[in-house]
Amino acid sequence: MTSLFAKFNGTASALGALVEAGGRNPFGVVIEKPLSSTVGLIEGRETLLFGTNNYLGLSQSARAIKAAQDAVAHYGVGTTGSRIANGTQSLHRKLETQIAAYFKRRDAMVFSTGYQANLGMISTLVGKDDYLILDADSHASIYDGSRLSPAQVIRFRHNDADDLHKRLKRLDGTPGAKLVVVEGIYSMTGNVAPIAEMAQVKRETGSYLLVDEAHSFGVMGERGLGVAEAAGVEADVDFVVGTFSKSLGTVGGYCVSDHPELEFVRLNCRPYMFTASLPPEVIAATMAALQDMEAHPELRTQLMDNAARLHAGFHRIGLNASRQVSPVIAVTLEEMGQAIVMWNRLLELGVYVNLSVPPATPDHRPLLRCSVMATHTPAQIDQAIDIFRQAGLDAGVLNASVA
Amino acid sequence: MSDTIESVSALIIEKLLANPKVPRDIDGNCKIMEDLAFDSLAVMNFVMEVEDTLDVSVPLDKLADIRTINDLAACIVDLKNKG
Ligand SMILES: Cc1ncc(COP(=O)(O)O)c(C=O)c1O
Repeated sequence: MTSLFAKFNGTASALGALVEAGGRNPFGVVIEKPLSSTVGLIEGRETLLFGTNNYLGLSQSARAIKAAQDAVAHYGVGTTGSRIANGTQSLHRKLETQIAAYFKRRDAMVFSTGYQANLGMISTLVGKDDYLILDADSHASIYDGSRLSPAQVIRFRHNDADDLHKRLKRLDGTPGAKLVVVEGIYSMTGNVAPIAEMAQVKRETGSYLLVDEAHSFGVMGERGLGVAEAAGVEADVDFVVGTFSKSLGTVGGYCVSDHPELEFVRLNCRPYMFTASLPPEVIAATMAALQDMEAHPELRTQLMDNAARLHAGFHRIGLNASRQVSPVIAVTLEEMGQAIVMWNRLLELGVYVNLSVPPATPDHRPLLRCSVMATHTPAQIDQAIDIFRQAGLDAGVLNASVA
Repeated sequence: MSDTIESVSALIIEKLLANPKVPRDIDGNCKIMEDLAFDSLAVMNFVMEVEDTLDVSVPLDKLADIRTINDLAACIVDLKNKG
């Protein structure tokens, strides 16, 4: 009998090697209890959290916690149904109205996760004769959406507007609509999209533009609307997709748009229709977190100050960290052995970050992916830099005479 | 200039050989993922280079059916003839 599981042999040996080299499974970390937005109990130790995407610290928002408690008491714990059947309660429409208004857009669709928002929008918007044009470093949810769609899928070089232009030009004369998909801040590297250039290409070529602001919502722009707001090109963005699971600290995804046809997308979008809607307490907490975000623009200033502090610290001690300052800061290492030792040392010394290994990284090198929070104190950031220095020395990534 | 499967295949092999990790004895019947040990990301990135040289775009869904170097060459010739 052919084993169903033979295909996992590669995973099994790779994981085995990771565990053997470092002593623990880097994909099996358990946060026993969050003590605050920035500190969690891991292996019984108080650990600084530098890998949670919780940019504004709102997972611990007092207002959101209270809103969730009240919603549970009033509405119960779940909706038991799809958005197009029994799963739309007044709270769901209220959140859609609130998020559309926040973006100054006509309407919003709320999905159960950000993953499903990308899966749903991308697979539904383009049909058989249409073209999807994706940045090469797109998130898995974008690639998966493209696989679910019947459209022709073309990749362009990461963050390269000229390459995008060239690939769109090649399609001149072909029938079918073109939908360009980019992210605001790229999740693995922290690279920021040159969105003004992308928008110009979109205008010149008569394409549509979808921007996934998953990591940039709440983070970039005067009001936290993301990279399009920061660059002043919101009007060129046909669809903004995003998630509640990062800066808003809850869970869920959304798409906002001025196109009135969004109403019909609802009735053709499988990842929207064939799954249960978000429970009332999550909706209520998200609405409260959005109010927090709106009421506290200073959180974004603190976040960027903190990102700059960590970024400068990494460069000072000689780590190969991202060039741009953004709340996602990736430290690139040359080889897996170093990455495993350094990641484990960081955790033992009290800092949690994400270990990203190829092929999930863009250039086949491992990354220590850090995310910064508005709620980190300068002292916590300085402590993290010290621990990075020590772990870097222990792993042979840094050289004592330099660091 | 009209491209043939042979000429495109030769160009692909030339490009592959520029990568020192690729075995020296490859031919058009080599399977790209199995024989060259390319993962899916490496295949997509390599195809992007070929696209630029030949000024053609190979949609990702077409890649699913491509096993060998000659399959890729045939797909590109087909796309160019349509274009
Ligand atoms: C760029 C990007 N898009 C979408 C998602 C999916 O978001 P969610 O966690 O809400 O499913 C993520 C996060 O994993 C992401 O990084």
